[in-house]
Parts: sequence; C-alpha cells; structure tokens
Amino acid sequence: MSAATPPPSQGTSGTPGDDPLGRLLDHHAVVICTGSGGVGKTTTAAVLAMEAAHRGRRACVVTIDPARRLADAMGLEGLTDTPAQVAGPWPGELWAMMLDTKATFDALVRRNAETPEQAEAILGNRFYRNISGSLSGTQEYMATEKLYELHGEDRFDLVVVDTPPTRNALDFLDAPRRLTRFLDHRLYRVLVAPTRGLARAVNVAAQTFLRTTSRVVGAEVVQDAIEFFSAFDGMEAGFRERAAAVAELLESDQTAFVLVTAPRRDVVEEATFFADKLAEADITVRALIVNRVHPHFGAGPPAAVERRAQALEGTALAPFAANLADFASLAATEDGHLAGLTGRVAPAPVVKVPFLDTDVHDLSGLDRIATHLFPDAAARAGDGVG
Amino acid sequence: MDPAQFFAASRVLIVAGKGGVGKSTVSATLARAAARAGLSTLIVEVQGRSGISSLYGRPAFGYDEVVLHPGGGPEGAADVRARLLTPDDALLEYLEDHGLHRVTRRLLSGGAFDVVATAAPGIKDILVLGKVKQLERAGVADLIVLDAPAAGHAITFLRSARGLLDAARVGPINTQATEVLEMLTDPERCQVVLVTLPEETPVNELVDTAYSLEDEVGVSLGPVVVNGLYPSIDGLDGEPGELAAAAGLTVDPSEVAAMAAAARFRADRSRLQADQISRLGSELPLPQLSLPFLFSSDLGPTELELLASAAGSGIDALDALPDR
Repeated sequence: MSAATPPPSQGTSGTPGDDPLGRLLDHHAVVICTGSGGVGKTTTAAVLAMEAAHRGRRACVVTIDPARRLADAMGLEGLTDTPAQVAGPWPGELWAMMLDTKATFDALVRRNAETPEQAEAILGNRFYRNISGSLSGTQEYMATEKLYELHGEDRFDLVVVDTPPTRNALDFLDAPRRLTRFLDHRLYRVLVAPTRGLARAVNVAAQTFLRTTSRVVGAEVVQDAIEFFSAFDGMEAGFRERAAAVAELLESDQTAFVLVTAPRRDVVEEATFFADKLAEADITVRALIVNRVHPHFGAGPPAAVERRAQALEGTALAPFAANLADFASLAATEDGHLAGLTGRVAPAPVVKVPFLDTDVHDLSGLDRIATHLFPDAAARAGDGVG
Repeated sequence: MDPAQFFAASRVLIVAGKGGVGKSTVSATLARAAARAGLSTLIVEVQGRSGISSLYGRPAFGYDEVVLHPGGGPEGAADVRARLLTPDDALLEYLEDHGLHRVTRRLLSGGAFDVVATAAPGIKDILVLGKVKQLERAGVADLIVLDAPAAGHAITFLRSARGLLDAARVGPINTQATEVLEMLTDPERCQVVLVTLPEETPVNELVDTAYSLEDEVGVSLGPVVVNGLYPSIDGLDGEPGELAAAAGLTVDPSEVAAMAAAARFRADRSRLQADQISRLGSELPLPQLSLPFLFSSDLGPTELELLASAAGSGIDALDALPDR
C-alpha cells in the first residue's frame, strides 16, 4: 500500500465513541447490503462480516457479484456454492460463499418434489433451464433462498448478503413471491389444465395468446412451457410456504437493511429511489454507508477558498490554491448531494468511507475500510502497526 | 480525425459500461458532440432514470420522442432528440404488430410477459434491438446513440441475437434476430463504445467485456471512453510553504498544510489513473477517448457542453479510421 490514504476526516456522524454499525452487527441475524451497482457493495458486505467475526460472531457473507471481487477481497481462489471459512485473527468465525443461482434452484426443486422422477422431469426441462438461468428476479430469489437456508443453520449467528445490482431495491424483497405469482397466474393454470372449468373468456384469451406466442417464438418453445407447468403440478404449495417464510424473515426485526452508495449525483439519486421504495414497503434503512467520498482538506468554506485562489493568481501558490479550490468545491457538492438522502433515511447513522488509493484485494484492504466504519477497527489498527 | 467523419462512420453507436462508470453521461456527451459536428442525433434509452434529461436541463422523457437540444447556433449544430424504449414497450408493440389484440393486452399486463420472455430468453432484448434496427433502417437520424442496459447486462443484451438464432430456428423472431445480428456485426452500421473509469476494477471488467463482445457477438468496437480523468494542473510539485517563503507571501500554516495535502492527493490519484490508463492500453489495443473529471458542481447543460468539447477535441486527436 502506498501512503496516499487521505486524512480520515470523515467517519461516523454520531457522537464520539458511538459505534452504530457495531451495534447493528451485534443485534441482527441478517444484514442485507442494498444499493445500485458500482458503489462497493460487495466489499462493504465483506467488511461487515469480517468485523462481526472480530466481535466474536460466527458470520457468513454471501455474494452474488459475478465479477468475483469479493473472492479477490477475501483472498480466496474462488468461492463455491457452500460457505468456505476464511482464517483470520478474530475470536469469531468468518465464512464466505458465492451464490450459484442454478445449483440453489435445483436443490429447491429436489427438496419440494414429491418424487425423484418429478424432480428430474423439471430439472431436464428446457423451460426450467431458462427460468433458472434468466427469469428476471431468479438471482434475487435464489439469494433470499440461500440466505434463509444459511440463517436456519445453527453454525452462523449472522448472514450478510450482497444483493444483485438491480435498479429496484424491492426486486430483492419481492423475489420469493415472484415465482409463486408466476405459478398462480391464471394463464399457467390454463396451460396446465385447459379443460378444468375455467371461465371461457379467460380460456379464449389464453388460447389466442398461446397461438400468437407459438407463431412468434415457435411451437416447440410453448410445448416446453406446457410440459414444465404440468411437471410442476403439486409442488406449488411447498414453494409458496417457503416464499412466505423467507418474506417473513426479511421483514422481521432480525434483518437489517444497509443502504450503500457513493456521493455522485446519479448514484445518490438511485440510492434515494431505493430508500423510497424500502420506505413504501415499511422497511427501515438501518444505516447508510457512503463509499468513495473525497476528502475535506479544510481551509474554510468553498467560496472563501475560491476567493483565496483568485487572490493568489499569478503567484507560485496559484496552482496549489486552484487545486484546493477544486477539492473544496467537490466536497461541498458531495455533501449537498448526500444531504437529502441523509434526511430521508434519518435517524439511520451515516458512515462515510474515503476514496482509497488502491482497490481492495485482501484482508488488510478490508481492515483499512473497517477503520472508517468501526471505532474498534481503528483502535486495532492503532495497536497493531502503531 | 474530424468529429463529423468519426460520428458518420456508423449509424448506431451503442454505449455500454458497468454501473457507476457514467455510461449515461457519456451517451449524452457523445450525442451532443455528434450534433455539434452537424449530425442529427437520437438518443435511445432502454431503462428510465438515466439522468440524461437533466444533463440537457430538460424534464424526463418517455416513449414519445422529444427534442433535448435544438440545433442551430454558430456551429450549425443539429438536433439532439431522445426517447425511452423499454423492453416491455418493444414487446407490446411487436406482439400487437403480430396479431395480438386489445383483449389479450390485459393478459399480457398480468405477468404473462414473463412467460414469453422465459420461453425464449433474450426476446425482450432482441425486440429492443430490433426496434433500434428499424429506426436505423428508417433513417430517423444521422446517428442513433443507444444507452445500453447497465450492470452485467450489456453482454447478455448484445448476445441475445445469437442466442435466439439457436432457440428459434424459424419464424419472425428468427428473422428479427438475423437482421439484428447483421446490424451488430456490420461496422458501417453499428459500433460499440465501452465506458470505464481509470480505476482498477472497472478497467479489468472493461477488458473482459471487450473481448467477450468481439468473440461472442462479433461487434465492432469503437474507441474506449475513459471517464473521470483528473485534468492536470502544472506547478503542483514542490512544497507550498517553501514556495510561499521564496515568493515572500505570508500564508497561514494551516492553509499551507491544506494545500500540500490536496496537492499530494491529486498527484497520487493522477498517478494511479495514469497507471490504469496505460494498463488498459496495453491490455486492449483500442484508441482511447478521455473525458475530464468535473470538480465544478452538478452536471447540467454547462457541464455537458464542456464534456462535448472535450470529446470533440479527443476525437480530433484520434488517428483516422483505417479503411475497412
């Protein structure tokens, strides 16, 4: 690491000695990191899980990001569908895994099938393979499914989840119910049982739809769909129960939603949209983590710094004053962007992490981020390296 | 090369990049730069809330085309227009064109969109691209700038045509996919511009994406846009305290310290950015176009003009396109 770390002038917004994120980790069983893509969500999730391990908890972090950045950050060769333990100097445990959407879905089908034959019929169906690979929301759905499964295991006290880079926070919340809605849709009932006493109008519309779809995408594809829904017959109840249980966990007090963002305007707009959607669903944002914040170098308010730069024009200090003015203006702009969002999620604590000089590839990189999030981590860093 | 020649090289410019790299800002910038070079330009957005309209200082736009920036002015610029074209819009339009009537519309809105999309993955993407192809064929503008979906979807999006050719071997979708693929792989009709930040992870991802797109889709890649490059300031080396003393300036020590820290920060970040840019150049042999990081304030019409000028001079500095 080079010495370019900006001064730690940010930090938690609470009173000195306050540790809101530490308390959040201590008092929840599930932490969900939500936010738009490219804001450091994956790394944040890893830092939270690692800090929980430092606090004596047995924590597991689940990542979805296909860029495998977390694997890099955890110093692992690659993550698998089952959690792998990460060794480190903490009293608790740290585990990490990468979500394998298809494997998780296959397992869910096997568990809910009434017979092995039924499971095989579904797993071999082309329509199912499309669903498990590309139905919108499947990744989110399987993430919640895995989260629920890990939460249910005795070996973890805390499960931290990094969510897919969606544009809508509710995709994740809504995911478990999506498949059951899919299965409940009258069209599929028509597909499965065209003659089972349904309203004629629905049936006619559905048949028209089927005919058109066949014409557009080919009869073979429609036949696959019909076979899939027939094979699924009888399994909906299991899926529905599970979806309800997962939804209940996500909405319970055991689960904390952490919103991750960066101070750029477009990203803050996305985060604000997320916050609004969560509020609509009665979900409280428990903390706001802002990554990639530019440093405040001091020397007064931006207007004063700008005036000073003008006064120093033509001197040897001109470039220094102009540069300082650039950063003063930037810091003020970033604060401005964040003000609305901070108010929107109040009283959730707002924690800022400065721009780092390198990308995070290893545990020491995670440690450095942790020093900005947790007083304990800052103290450890002080004790350790001195 | 001359910006007018650059933008006229292909009728469709697809701008793709991972979330957070400023892809939509780049789409808006390139569109304005093309219009300033005299080409009438249409921005097609496939997801809402991109922020493109606010860069132009206009209210958000929807399915119906709007003028974001009228042409004219001393440079003889052309119009920049824009419209939103979501996959659902495209699917609905397509199915209606193919015999679905109003009655079934209700059924479609109830979630049956999903069954179509699931039955043939990529169908929504192909319909959006098919619509873009239709616009291109109709010659609605000299240049269409397509702001591609964010996140990891860009590859899936552009790969949809090939995937569907395998899934639907006959019928209208097959025809559609064939025609879209023809457009995507014809460098005179379509180019893909990839956007990144001069940072490690975005550069890695861009390199991967570039090779996948060339290998799996066969698209022609235009220059890579490196967004957010710190403009250089001359005279930032040296110790501000010593310089002040030498020049006989009285400066508060805390101000000197702030100046020194800010200068160090900029120098460090500039060095890191330069490292990433040179790494990008060595891993991906494509011309690069840099857009400056804007310290000023919010991104609005003033900043858009700044960025468009930077894009214009960046293009001026590029070598002429080889004959194809």
